[in-house]
Amino acid sequence: MIHQYFGLMIRYLKKQNFWFVFTPYFWLILFFFIPLALIFKISISVSEWGMPPYRDLFSLSEEGFKIDSTLSNYLFIFSDPFYIRSYLNSLSLAFTSTILCLVIGYPIAFYVAKSQANIRIILLVLLIIPFWTSFLLRVYAWKVLLQGSGIINSILIHLGFITEPISMLHNHYAVILGVVYTYLPFMILPLYGYLVKFDLNLIDAANDLGAKPVNTFLKVILPLSLPGIIAGSMLVFIPVVGEFVIPEMLGGSDKLYFGKIIWDEFFVNRDWPVASALAMSGIVILIFPIVIFQLMYAKYNFKNE
Amino acid sequence: MSNSFLEIIDLTKRFGDILALDRVNLKIEKSEIFSLLGSSGCGKSTLLRIIAGFEKPDQGKILLEGNDITNLPPYIRPLNIMFQNYALFPHLNVTNNIKFGLKEESFSKQEINNRVNEILNLLELNGLEERKVNEISGGQQQRVALARCLVKKPKLLLLDEPLAALDKQLRIQTQFELINLQNKLGITFIIVTHDQEEAISLSDRMAIMQNGEILQVGNPVEIYEKPKNTYIANFIGTANIFHILNKDNQIIIEELNYEIKNINNNKNFNKCLIRPEKINIKKIENQSDNSNVGIVKEVAYLGSYTKYLIEVNGIQFYSFMQNSLVSDNLQIKWDDKVEFKFNDSSIFWFND
Repeated sequence: MIHQYFGLMIRYLKKQNFWFVFTPYFWLILFFFIPLALIFKISISVSEWGMPPYRDLFSLSEEGFKIDSTLSNYLFIFSDPFYIRSYLNSLSLAFTSTILCLVIGYPIAFYVAKSQANIRIILLVLLIIPFWTSFLLRVYAWKVLLQGSGIINSILIHLGFITEPISMLHNHYAVILGVVYTYLPFMILPLYGYLVKFDLNLIDAANDLGAKPVNTFLKVILPLSLPGIIAGSMLVFIPVVGEFVIPEMLGGSDKLYFGKIIWDEFFVNRDWPVASALAMSGIVILIFPIVIFQLMYAKYNFKNE
Repeated sequence: MSNSFLEIIDLTKRFGDILALDRVNLKIEKSEIFSLLGSSGCGKSTLLRIIAGFEKPDQGKILLEGNDITNLPPYIRPLNIMFQNYALFPHLNVTNNIKFGLKEESFSKQEINNRVNEILNLLELNGLEERKVNEISGGQQQRVALARCLVKKPKLLLLDEPLAALDKQLRIQTQFELINLQNKLGITFIIVTHDQEEAISLSDRMAIMQNGEILQVGNPVEIYEKPKNTYIANFIGTANIFHILNKDNQIIIEELNYEIKNINNNKNFNKCLIRPEKINIKKIENQSDNSNVGIVKEVAYLGSYTKYLIEVNGIQFYSFMQNSLVSDNLQIKWDDKVEFKFNDSSIFWFND
């Protein structure tokens, strides 16, 4: 009797377990792998005029089953330094803004994590409030602030620092500003998550053992917040590589960014196969640093479990 | 100029409206184990944190071997602290935790390794060198925390509730180990604790604190036998406190209606303390005219001794009897009539 009941329970648990584990994978397959496969399919298709603007990969006609695929899209983008340069521009933008977000975000996260509980809640809400406004509106606000007749120029002219408005918009500095502004909370929140768990006694202990404040930071605080730094950096770096709205709104012609190039290939040139090949290449190149980061992160977490 | 090892002069610290330390004065001698004892919020931890340098006092001075260290940052002070939760660095293994403080000084690699090996041997931590600090037991963590401080050869070691995180069995063993270690190294220990038994068994001298003030300083025997006031008497051990009546030429313990003879109360003390182990009780079978008679209201057998709560004239007090004569003692039960006796010389007088 007990044996039977036990067997039934195990079977029930196994069944539970399967759905429990499978649900997120199902989600991932439906909304990530299938679209990715479709993009891959388009990337190896031949471009042509029409709707959709590429030839079917597989066709079944009187001549029989035919696969109509090509690698020429990939060969094309890798032979044209224009695309490679735009990718490097995006990587450099992502790198610069990640560092800036880290440098600006770390002290903020530390301050929030170490303030009293009632103040901490207010500060966290202040961090999250910008998300209630559309991201487009927030970036557009910068456009208004930075433009020739914008507030910053008006104030500077009014105060007599300058006579002519400075051109602050439509260059890559404006893009960096917009990106750092937009992505800062994504750096602060994971950092905060780690720093809030940080035992302040460790700082006292390091001080007591003879470590000056700088060494205490480098040898104790920094290594222990490394998981937060990695998590925050990934949350900033990865989306910024593909960012196209901010360069579109604040950027100029001095630097072209990868995300914007893909956008233009899709919607301006209507060359879906080349755009798809660009997207696929971008993903493949990015996967390596992500995997390395993830492994580091997992190893670090495991070590400190 | 005094020659005390550590001298604390008029130390005052406020946190907002709260007066955490109120003009504390204290002298601690070299190589002694000194305890700061008090219930939570009495200021003992604040005092320790100020000695360590984590907090700045509002007023007052701290002199270590005659040098004013009040304004030195913690990383320069020649003393170390062991935290209650040990505050071991979770990202470093046992050896690197111990090495941490040495690396901040300009020692050669050879010197560092020698010192680390020496301390690993001393604290019996061999074999754990490569272990992560959260992979070892609480007792081992405590020893690593101790090793991390002692390896720096501090002049003074501060210990914040050093045994609080250990279970009872280990606590008693560790108590003796701490005393042995201190004897061997001769380092001055200042221990903060709320556990009176711990303070009594560890300390050479101790200070009782309440509301940011030091009430009494003395060795454990003085504090236990001659407490300055009712609070201290009750804080350390169990206390029977009675009022004294001075009538004509008679000195009477008011509650017991007991006359103390052959003693001159010329200082007009108004209270007295009789520790429970100094009161003997004996069962009485038949009605006697002896006035020192009470009724047993509670009996708690505790192995080596038994606690009795005795009621006389509506007043209750304790008597602790050694269980060396089991057969006799076990005969005393609830609601038994007993005769109580104490030696007049075991009464401690005080004013409160």
